[in-house]
Amino acid sequence: MATPIISFQDYGFQYMAQAKPTLYNINLDIYPGEKVLIAGTSGSGKSTIGNCINGLIPFAYPGQKTGKLLVGGREPDKSSIFEMSHTVGTVLQDTDGQFIGLTVGEDIAFALENNCVPQDEMKEIVDRVAKLVDIDHHLQYAPHELSGGQKQRVSLAGVMVEDVKALLFDEPLANLDPAAGRTTIELIDTVHEQTGAAVIIIEHRLEDVLWRRMDRIVLMDEGRIIADVPVAKLLTGGELPAHGIREPLYLTALRYAGVEIDEQMHPEHVEKLLLTEEQKEKVRGWYRARETDRAREDRGQELLRVEHLDFGYSPETLTLQDVNFTVHRGEMVSIVGRNGAGKSTLAKLICGFERPLSGGIYMEGRNLSGDTIKERAAFIGYVMQNPNQMISKPMIWDEVELALVQSGMPKEERKARVEETLRICGLYPFRNWPVSALSFGQKKRVTIASILVQRPQIIILDEPTAGQDYRHYTEIMDFLKELNGQGYTILMITHDMHLMLEYTPRAIVFSEGRMLADTTAAKVLNDPELVRAANLKETSLYTLSLACGIDEPQKFTERFIAYEKEEGR
Amino acid sequence: MARIAILSYIKRESFVHELTGRAKLVFFLAWSVASMVTYDTRVLVCMLLFSFVIFKVSRIRVKDISFVLGLAAVFLLMNNLFVYLFSPEYGVGLYQSRTVLFTIAGPYTVTLQQLFYHLNMTMKVVCVVPVALLFIACTDPSEFASSLASIGVSYRIGYSVSLALRYIPDIQREYHNISQAQQARGIDLSGKDKLFTRMKNSVAILLPLVLSSLNRIETVSNAMELRGFGRNRKRTWYNLRKMQKNDWIVTALAIAILAVDLIVTFWDGSRYYNPFLSGPF
Repeated sequence: MATPIISFQDYGFQYMAQAKPTLYNINLDIYPGEKVLIAGTSGSGKSTIGNCINGLIPFAYPGQKTGKLLVGGREPDKSSIFEMSHTVGTVLQDTDGQFIGLTVGEDIAFALENNCVPQDEMKEIVDRVAKLVDIDHHLQYAPHELSGGQKQRVSLAGVMVEDVKALLFDEPLANLDPAAGRTTIELIDTVHEQTGAAVIIIEHRLEDVLWRRMDRIVLMDEGRIIADVPVAKLLTGGELPAHGIREPLYLTALRYAGVEIDEQMHPEHVEKLLLTEEQKEKVRGWYRARETDRAREDRGQELLRVEHLDFGYSPETLTLQDVNFTVHRGEMVSIVGRNGAGKSTLAKLICGFERPLSGGIYMEGRNLSGDTIKERAAFIGYVMQNPNQMISKPMIWDEVELALVQSGMPKEERKARVEETLRICGLYPFRNWPVSALSFGQKKRVTIASILVQRPQIIILDEPTAGQDYRHYTEIMDFLKELNGQGYTILMITHDMHLMLEYTPRAIVFSEGRMLADTTAAKVLNDPELVRAANLKETSLYTLSLACGIDEPQKFTERFIAYEKEEGR
Repeated sequence: MARIAILSYIKRESFVHELTGRAKLVFFLAWSVASMVTYDTRVLVCMLLFSFVIFKVSRIRVKDISFVLGLAAVFLLMNNLFVYLFSPEYGVGLYQSRTVLFTIAGPYTVTLQQLFYHLNMTMKVVCVVPVALLFIACTDPSEFASSLASIGVSYRIGYSVSLALRYIPDIQREYHNISQAQQARGIDLSGKDKLFTRMKNSVAILLPLVLSSLNRIETVSNAMELRGFGRNRKRTWYNLRKMQKNDWIVTALAIAILAVDLIVTFWDGSRYYNPFLSGPF
């Protein structure tokens, strides 16, 4: 048997500033050329494992270790982070932050420069690697001229210039739209085939990673390895949700239909799924039995109307063109489309951060063009993607109260309003806590509370669940659903397809500054052309229903979601 | 997003752009030293004319850099004003003669010598500013770090400069986003509020900005270490261009200018050219 390239032996680790260890009793061997997925919620210790492998632990993050770790036959703490980087290449999660060079070529060459490789040789290597990841036509581009997917290619090329034995990806899908995420998984697969390096992917978006074959999955929870088995085996067990990881949707659907999942049916990938005629019939049977389509809810009064909206920094290059839609009171709507499709620009226009070239935005029929940002804030709330970019007070109470203080509301009234808002948001018990003591999901709640306190009629959220694992995702979305139930109208910018399907009955699709569709979420994902144009991805439910011979995949998806809701998951 | 770029690389095709960063850096340094050292009017006039020629050759238009030029003009004016306020007779001492033109009030007399001194002082600045601006506007930022390293500056320092250039636009964008979101919560940063409120309000933007920048720094430094930055005492450069004939010519020219400047300036043992020596006007 070959010697493992990475070997954890009874390994444990505790960060210097933490009271408890983050990793306990880790035993894990990764062999040359293997493809391993490390899955787990945030805080499960999966990223810490990554940091141990690439040498950031102990060099950037000191702490106390127990047991033994060998990477390429050496112990990282007796080596140096530079030595480690010859063995393991790391692609970090933040595609933007890790882009060091001023151009693509420089960034790819960065490691070579540090190794004093002569310039001629360097250019040769950069050209070769750039071709491999298909970025060779962009060598002179600056980072802001690239899409998220392209930046990731550059990062990948940047670690491939060294002949590494293992490639480590830390949540490679976090910042990408669905189609770009799929391409990334394909690219990693190609690179794996061509270089033969071991590939380790740390990710909680299981279904997306499994788009290409993985040899093994390591499931982590609370610092321990729960399972270390072939992918198919773990998927049959159905223990994923208990550890905060979402099972692929098609498998959940099969379970609902009463189909037993075993390894022989290749459960790891929906397109390779082998179903017997009997099993297919079970799925069809379930589909027929669920024929209780809810009547469409009546739409409330018109709240927000956007008419013939054009926007651009010059009339020749429009970022948004002829956008028209109406949002009714009490709706929850998704705005979807690839990065750069104009979704965020639309939000900025509605909030008044930017001014349209032409067209109008109306609130209850009143044209907003004369209203300032501050005036609009009284009825339109905007929540940024990253709560850390919004929170400006150290204490939760002060943060939530901030907007009211600014508006000059009397103290007594403020107190009542803040208390009420904190109760709505489930933050009342924490009212006297510092913000820094909260988890990411709770911080998100604080930012929503700080907007809600102004009692806006409509709340716009930019990527409310980006980078969140299933547990936090559910927490945030259920909360938003609850708010929606209380009468708040909610607009969400997202490229999370599950989110759109599960929580928002309606979706508005953008591509290259134009509105492509305004329809139900299920319809969007079951229209292959729309999916392609907007850089989205059809769900596996669509694929499954076709495989089972159901001719209305859209209804299958709708019934699946309705069923999940009834079951309360 | 609105462009906030005030002073940045302006891509054009010109003789100046084609020179390597190293040649331009050497020229810029020699030129700055030359104009700092001399108060010799004859030298300054020549340099001034020459700097206009370079400006023309670079194909950078005045309107591209009008904002910075305006800023420089304001500073120059203030500088002149303060020099006059604090020592209105400086030129008289310097040139050893006194030709009164008119009196403003009290000790503030306008003399020909003082005016001549101000003229020289102004010319020195006017010589340097276009060349400095051109160095920034015509040098590909990618070449900054490597050209600093090529004249012996530690690559770590060179790279910090380069990184700053890389991340400034990102941070500007972030500032913009944060400030918009805060304005939507009623935090007004426009001129309407009182100064103290405005200062207090700007903290609301700075705190998140600083925190997120710290985060960014952590990512960047991890990413750099993971790819071996700082491993060796030297490093090679992907973007370092080889010195061509023109680069050598410009380098030689820079040294020649500095030499001539020093010789002419100190020939008569003084940094100042004194037209008043032959007697009072």
